Amino acid sequence: MSIELGKLTIGGVREGLKSRAFSAEELASEALRSAGEQNATTNAYLTFCPELALEAARRVDQAIAAGENPGPLAGVPIAVKDVIVTEGLRTTCGSRLLEHYIPPYSATAIHRLEGAGGVIIGKTNCDEFAMGSSNENSAFGPVHNPVAPDRVPGGSSGGSAAAVASGTVVAALGSDTGGSVRQPASFCGVVGVTPTYGRVSRYGLVAYASSLDHIAPFARNVKDAALLLEAIAGRDPRDSTSADAPVPDYAAALDGKVKGKRIGLPREYFQSLASETGDLIMTAVDVLKRLGCEPVEISLPATDYAIATYYIIATAEASSNLARFDGVRYTTRSEKAESLISMYRNTRGEGFGAECKRRIMLGTYVLSAGYYDAYYLKAQKVRHLIAQDFAKAFETVDAIVTPVSPFPAFKIGEKVDDPLAMYLSDIYTITGSLAGIPCMSVPAGVTADGLPVGMQILTRHFDESGMFRLAHAYEQAA
Amino acid sequence: MSSAIAAPPDLIAKYEPVIGLEVHVQLATNTKIFCGCATSFGAPPNTNVCPVCLGLPGALPVLNRRAVEMAIKAGLALNCTVNRRSQFARKNYFYPDLPKGYQISQYDLPVAEHGWVEVEVGGVKKRIGITRVHMEDDAGKSIHDGFRDSDKYTYVDLNRSGTPLIEIVTEPDIRSSDEAYAFLTELKQILQYQECSTCDMEKGHLRCDANVSVRLKGAEKFGTKAEVKNVNSFRFVKLALDYEIERQVAVVDGGGRILQETRLFNPDTGETVGMRSKESAHDYRYFPEPDLVPLRISEEWMDEIRQDMPELPQARRARYMADFGLREYDAGVLTATRATSDFFEAVSKAAGDPRAAANWVMGDLMGALKAENKEIAESPVSAQNLGELIALIGKGEISGKLAKEIFAKMLSTGEAPRAIMEREGLKQISDSGALEKIVDQVIASNPKQLEQYRGGKTTVLAFFVGQVMKATRGQANPAAVNELLKAKLG
Repeated sequence: MSIELGKLTIGGVREGLKSRAFSAEELASEALRSAGEQNATTNAYLTFCPELALEAARRVDQAIAAGENPGPLAGVPIAVKDVIVTEGLRTTCGSRLLEHYIPPYSATAIHRLEGAGGVIIGKTNCDEFAMGSSNENSAFGPVHNPVAPDRVPGGSSGGSAAAVASGTVVAALGSDTGGSVRQPASFCGVVGVTPTYGRVSRYGLVAYASSLDHIAPFARNVKDAALLLEAIAGRDPRDSTSADAPVPDYAAALDGKVKGKRIGLPREYFQSLASETGDLIMTAVDVLKRLGCEPVEISLPATDYAIATYYIIATAEASSNLARFDGVRYTTRSEKAESLISMYRNTRGEGFGAECKRRIMLGTYVLSAGYYDAYYLKAQKVRHLIAQDFAKAFETVDAIVTPVSPFPAFKIGEKVDDPLAMYLSDIYTITGSLAGIPCMSVPAGVTADGLPVGMQILTRHFDESGMFRLAHAYEQAA
Repeated sequence: MSSAIAAPPDLIAKYEPVIGLEVHVQLATNTKIFCGCATSFGAPPNTNVCPVCLGLPGALPVLNRRAVEMAIKAGLALNCTVNRRSQFARKNYFYPDLPKGYQISQYDLPVAEHGWVEVEVGGVKKRIGITRVHMEDDAGKSIHDGFRDSDKYTYVDLNRSGTPLIEIVTEPDIRSSDEAYAFLTELKQILQYQECSTCDMEKGHLRCDANVSVRLKGAEKFGTKAEVKNVNSFRFVKLALDYEIERQVAVVDGGGRILQETRLFNPDTGETVGMRSKESAHDYRYFPEPDLVPLRISEEWMDEIRQDMPELPQARRARYMADFGLREYDAGVLTATRATSDFFEAVSKAAGDPRAAANWVMGDLMGALKAENKEIAESPVSAQNLGELIALIGKGEISGKLAKEIFAKMLSTGEAPRAIMEREGLKQISDSGALEKIVDQVIASNPKQLEQYRGGKTTVLAFFVGQVMKATRGQANPAAVNELLKAKLG
């Protein structure tokens, strides 16, 4: 038996199991072996769970043997970003503070994944509490991009992107707050999907910025990403912000019918774009044109304010969300805890990395008495304007196409000393996050150096089907 | 009680206290405000908990519909405007028994605001304004002693974490400790009537903080206020306020300055002691809770809630006086709690005589319950049975005296009056044939008194009535006995 894990799709797994080319247990073993081996190079995984994985795989094999339906993701090896809680399985959030934290419950998305027959093989590395764009903010070391190991995989879901790109799993879950799935997908050459806000329950996703956080899938192609999203999407009574909207059959939308679709190209996004990335995106737009789509220049005038708006809202929420890591309960407590105050200070001072501290301080500042109106309240108003920009654009176009990042994967260490430059690189992904609309990164070729570049597709609220249709048609034609 | 500082009454009289109250009330839901854990009191530490109320990473709050309904009822009962759209907000601060690092409360959009409560002090009626009613979750409990290593550690019990509370904030309309006491009494009564809360202060279901300042009478500007905390009974509220008013008058009159601070009331000394300066107080960094959508209350929902609300105590008192002809004092006693009032109304309905029902409930029943230290809810005599007993008197089937005997038996057995009467053969003898015989016997065996009566001394009639009652063990119908005697003696 030989399993070409790096080329397997969800459909491929289904066929392999059906034809008895391999069992789910064999597939899980191979994924664990391959992930363990590659981890020496990528550092994509923080924790493996061989017992849980093999047990889940055996359940799939038993179901198949008994002639039962093993579920739409039966036997599919999946990696999960370490900000999504898993019962009995260490969940660190890439932080020293949770180095030994074993949650007593699982996220709703994990329950749905397991219910669909998915096999979780391990938890992936990420920027601490999902704060970062390069995965260099992990307390457990950076992740290396499988395409170019001296480069970053993007962040914050760098581990999940690398796990899929290196072929150790068929798909992965990440989380996206301002681009944390789309940007690493772009850097690693895989598909990354941020659904509509509320489409997937956040219950069990350790919060960074609650009004922007999403659990979001990675896969090697559009169809797999659609299948994975479908498995985890839908209303969850445990998340008040989850949407009570029916989940369509996403795979059924992959019919290639994109002729006549109007594609908006926002002027503001292409003005200052570095040449190579810009060229690749324009080439992708040409492919869409050949498919019968009609590119239209549009304007999203509030774009200039997006970075400031995002970093006010996200840090404000983060400063509050991260307050619970205080050393009182599950957080690793500082040895230097002489009094209550010293326990708080030393636990948080020693435990949080520089980027978390920076964002906690920013967020604390913008919520402070006397500053709230000037920063947080104003940012909420601008967020509304950004959402209106999109709503207006979608009156005339069916989808919007942009780059994911101004540049491809950069070298590890290249930008760590310039947080502002790092923040600015989120410009293309942040607007969609603020508007809460579906957006995804689909591979759009590589640079002369062989570095992947992703194209971002954005559609109306809850029109994931339209987004997948366009992405899939492009993927097939490119 | 000792008092280091003192201001004589005539000096205090020159000043006017300005008081506003903040009252935290635990809502009487079975489950917590943002999760399904039980709110029961006295469970072993950290057993009524789940990822949500433990504040575990990734857990999210889901609002308890019953808690919202109770908060709305409270708002309506306090004459507030209920906001059709309100919003939860995070109040951020660090404390070991606050597991999320923030409390989920309401800030600029509370569930209800702009209400009032009418109180009466010294025969004068007055409205105390309600600024707002907002919902929030309670924190856990820090336990500082009782453990082997309590000198080094504090223990935390999170059973209480996530218990639903409303905070009721008054306008600075209160001008004396008596008004504060009257307000709290009225507030407690209203909330108990609505079954929003048991308001059990011993269990911490009602907690009160007071903002106090003083100013010279006639002055327009408020003085600097101090916040008095830790007052956990109505009596202590009065004591704490009296102390604080006297303290502030002494300071201000002596040319001193009141510090804006939080002061703790010490029930052992009756004094308030400065705790921390408000100037260095927390900045709570309120912002809208992103994990909860804004709370929208539809008209349909409001209607449902309104229909489910009982009449308020004030309205009941007015009705008892107007419709039943009860005195104000009696109406007050009978409406003191919803349980008493509901019991009285049930008795009254079964008796068909509200005034007699009022006398029996306030007199015999309450006296008997008080003697056994029982609440009306624990009354061995049901309202229906007491009403029937009163109806039997009304119909002339039993005498008042016999009724008391039966009532005593009802108290010990809980039986219906007729059941007791049948079993014990206690029946009023109204049958004139049977009575006549007894009357004849009594007259025959008391010739001396008969002579006196016939000689014009009609007061001897009472003697004969007594003898007949004695002979019938009180079962004779006194009216019938009177008539018969008059006829026979005459």
